[in-house]
Amino acid sequence: MTTLTKTEDSPAPTGPESFLSVRDLKVRFSTEDGIVKAVDGLSFDVERGKTLGIVGESGSGKSVTNLTILGLHNPRTTTIEGEIVLDGQELVTAAEKDLERLRGNKMAMIFQDPLTALSPYYTVGRQLSEPFMKHTGASKKEARDRAVQMLEKVGIPQPKTRFDDYPHQFSGGMRQRAMIAMALMCDPDLLIADEPTTALDVTVQAQILDLLKDLQQEFGSAIIFITHDLGVIANMADDLLVMYAGRAVERGSTKEVLGRPSHPYTWGLLSSMPRLDGDINEELTPIPGSPPSLLNPPTGCPFHPRCAYKDQVAGTLCTDSRPPLAPGRAAACHLTAEQKQTIFIDKIQPRLR
Amino acid sequence: MSENLTLPAQQGSTDGAPSTTETLLEVEGLTKHFPIYGGFPIKRKVGAVQAVDGVDLTVGVGESLGLVGESGCGKSTTGRLITRLLEPTGGRITYRGQDITHAKRKQLAPVRSEIQMIFQDPYSSLNPRQTVGSIIKSPMEVNGINPAGGREKKVRELLELVGLNPEHYNRFPHEFSGGQRQRIGVARALALNPKLIVADEPVSALDVSIQAQVINLLQKVQDELGIAFLFIAHDLAVVRHFSQRVAVMYLGKVVEVGDRESIYNRPRHPYTHALLSAVPEVRVDEEEQRERIRLSGDVPSPISPPSGCRFRTRCWKAQDKCATEEPPLVQISGNREGHLTACHFPEDPTTEARDEDVVLDPALKALEDSAGKE
Amino acid sequence: MLQYILRRSVGAVVTLFLIGAATFFLFVAAPSDYASLACGKDCSPERLEDIRHALGLDQPIVQQFWEFMSGIVAGRDFPEGDCPAPCLGQSFYYNENVWDLIMDRFPLTLSLTVGGIVFFLTVGLGTGMLAAYRRGTLVDKVATGASMVLSSFQIYFLGPIVLLLLVYSTGWMENPEYVPFTEDPVGWLVGLSIPMIVMSTIFTAQYTRMARSSIIEQLAEEHVRTARAKGMPGKYVFFRYAWRGSMIPIVTILGIDISALLGGGVVTELTFSLQGIGRLAVDGAVNKDLPLTMGVMLVGAFFILLMNILVDIAYAWIDPRVRLS
Repeated sequence: MTTLTKTEDSPAPTGPESFLSVRDLKVRFSTEDGIVKAVDGLSFDVERGKTLGIVGESGSGKSVTNLTILGLHNPRTTTIEGEIVLDGQELVTAAEKDLERLRGNKMAMIFQDPLTALSPYYTVGRQLSEPFMKHTGASKKEARDRAVQMLEKVGIPQPKTRFDDYPHQFSGGMRQRAMIAMALMCDPDLLIADEPTTALDVTVQAQILDLLKDLQQEFGSAIIFITHDLGVIANMADDLLVMYAGRAVERGSTKEVLGRPSHPYTWGLLSSMPRLDGDINEELTPIPGSPPSLLNPPTGCPFHPRCAYKDQVAGTLCTDSRPPLAPGRAAACHLTAEQKQTIFIDKIQPRLR
Repeated sequence: MSENLTLPAQQGSTDGAPSTTETLLEVEGLTKHFPIYGGFPIKRKVGAVQAVDGVDLTVGVGESLGLVGESGCGKSTTGRLITRLLEPTGGRITYRGQDITHAKRKQLAPVRSEIQMIFQDPYSSLNPRQTVGSIIKSPMEVNGINPAGGREKKVRELLELVGLNPEHYNRFPHEFSGGQRQRIGVARALALNPKLIVADEPVSALDVSIQAQVINLLQKVQDELGIAFLFIAHDLAVVRHFSQRVAVMYLGKVVEVGDRESIYNRPRHPYTHALLSAVPEVRVDEEEQRERIRLSGDVPSPISPPSGCRFRTRCWKAQDKCATEEPPLVQISGNREGHLTACHFPEDPTTEARDEDVVLDPALKALEDSAGKE
Repeated sequence: MLQYILRRSVGAVVTLFLIGAATFFLFVAAPSDYASLACGKDCSPERLEDIRHALGLDQPIVQQFWEFMSGIVAGRDFPEGDCPAPCLGQSFYYNENVWDLIMDRFPLTLSLTVGGIVFFLTVGLGTGMLAAYRRGTLVDKVATGASMVLSSFQIYFLGPIVLLLLVYSTGWMENPEYVPFTEDPVGWLVGLSIPMIVMSTIFTAQYTRMARSSIIEQLAEEHVRTARAKGMPGKYVFFRYAWRGSMIPIVTILGIDISALLGGGVVTELTFSLQGIGRLAVDGAVNKDLPLTMGVMLVGAFFILLMNILVDIAYAWIDPRVRLS
């Protein structure tokens, strides 16, 4: 077991292009019921200016990972192991003061629900100006100008007057735009978007997704885009990381992962989703069972209790040993490459088209 | 106004695809306005949220009608009006020829057992202090129904039908996962052998991998028991998978209705086009491109909806006529029978990419223009 | 907002009238004949009749009520003398103007209330905030533990202990007494310090717990997390973002507490032998003194309604969603 996890973290190189690098990250919460292994040995890299999509269902550890990068976890109940290096700076061991200097400045976050994520007590303008004044030492006037400019950029009509409005006076889509403007105030190098469009309607979602893409072109930020929706991520991300039970189960470019998925969980996700152009007579193929408890995750491969292909793996490998995730394009699964190819071509591909 | 209320009613009986089937539920001009009080010195009605404003629908026996639209379009309110959880402000609901629009409790009782509801949130829609058995049993008790072999036996059969272990009869809802709870909700709805189930976003609170389990279950229920569905959802792909006919709602009105094939492949209403083009899709091969339409802003407030066509404020084809004249929900030439569209200037019946994308959002436009120049 | 306050004020007047009516008719309906009480054991029917007439009890009930209520607005004339508006009638038992009686006792009640509030708000909220800021640490545990113990105490238990310790056995302090603030501010504070502190100790404990839990709840709010995600320093987030929202439950309870205190703290007054509104209320009820009971009741109700309106104004001040809707 230990040797297998080692193979996951040791070879992945921190190349000069990788701007954020997470190595063998383990995040544990102590709760009344026991220790929750929210993230269990996760490694990934984000390149400068690129978008990494992290896909997973609730409890997969995708949001926890990103709160940990920003250092927003509760230090009393959380233990963190591993490394998070942002542009050469180690974050796990960094002092709170140093993290404060980075947050909202070099790395910023967009949350899922802009209604609860913006304070109801202060004007949108004030909430935008605050981090700019803190990080750049700008005056109130300069911060206001910058905020109005950013509000305009994200498409808020009459930004000069809306600056003095409170979040509840904005519509849902406008609030999320304001949230994006807030994250971009200090021109961050890394933007973490945690399900930024899940609370929005579909036509508004389309606007916001395109807006984020276009803004990335202009600002050149790297983006970590967290979502449960493969459709959303397909158009957003350069690379993809599929998470399950606190671990990465598949990694690769978006095209590779969605075009030739090679982990049974990714297969399951893709074939359980109805599509606009799918065959309506074809029944959906759900993943049986439900996601595991992180208090007591399954031994070996965490997906094995729900996996339809574990019979094809010899012996008790799936239940006993955790499959490693090789660097680069890879899937953490004990099936051989030939087996995966055969299954994909015979069983999965016909369902996807 | 009255003109377009009567129009579709005539067509209700000759409604497109399921013309062979008998009409189970008919809704005409259904309206629900939630009053707003205010003013000084005496509080009075100062306005109304026009949640549902003249909706016409028909559901055939054993048919699934999908109701799609974005938040605030009135689709959930429509569901609640049909199940009579809310009192309609106007219009008519006819169930198997019986007018139940304002039926009293007693008159409604037999119909209530035939129209059941499945709710969105599997956590709050089950009483945490009741066992699964008594949750599923209670509709039978309330309606005084004694199935052969006793209620408990029936509950066990239902649990089995929805894919739960009948042994779990005495467990409490918190012992089940979200997907299992939604199965309990389905079993409860089935307890009275309903003819129509109003499912209000039944899978949107569930994880993707669990959604498919519940959709398949509902499909099994529909096929095997011949139950009609009013399937309310915002996810267009899910609705397409589940419903033979689909109605698209916008700001309290049905803007387009038709069989699945017509709505998804030959939509005519600009809003339907926008909605379909906004659906995020897993596409790896980029051979056939879909059209790209990006609207601007959010849905206007249902307190003071735009005059005429309600979509006109966000529509790229809007002209003066749209502001003054409300388009009736009618069959446009070239459409199949039963495919009705409420639009003065309908789009071409295709979803393929256009020569030029429709981008109305000013911020997007600005960013894309400047990127294009470089 | 102004409209809203006006409307609320009109509503409050109507409510006061209804409370007055309810009290009045309940009092009359109950077997409470002050006249026979005043008449004593050897009471001739003639004498009883005289007393009833003197008190106005021989008039129809509705007329009695009407005279009482109109007296509040217009004043009344009694054989004993003029009773200018707001006239709450003539106490049967004290044979004095009720308004004057209440005004006589009110300064003490007000003093106890104001002194108590200043004490328990500063100490209680301060400790609560400290405990929330340092939650999980020793400071928090001590503060939580102490407030748990103290908030379960009662004034009639803690009061005599403090009196015994500070007055009777050591003689460090005098028995509590009321000296008007305008005459001698120091004497005022010293005279009332024991009741103020005993009363506010219990309130302090309650406010500590409330402030702590309310702030901790706010700290878990998403918008507080957003503020941290923007890089705002911990203290700033605590005082600007978490603190503001936590005031809403505190203001709610404070409004209730203030109106209760202004309506008279019977237990405090009895424990320390002080003559406040609370004692007056007890006197009125025990002696079947209709005008006195009505008067104290209406004054209490007035404060409750006033505080309700003030609390709503405070909500609007704290939360723009209330203000702008």
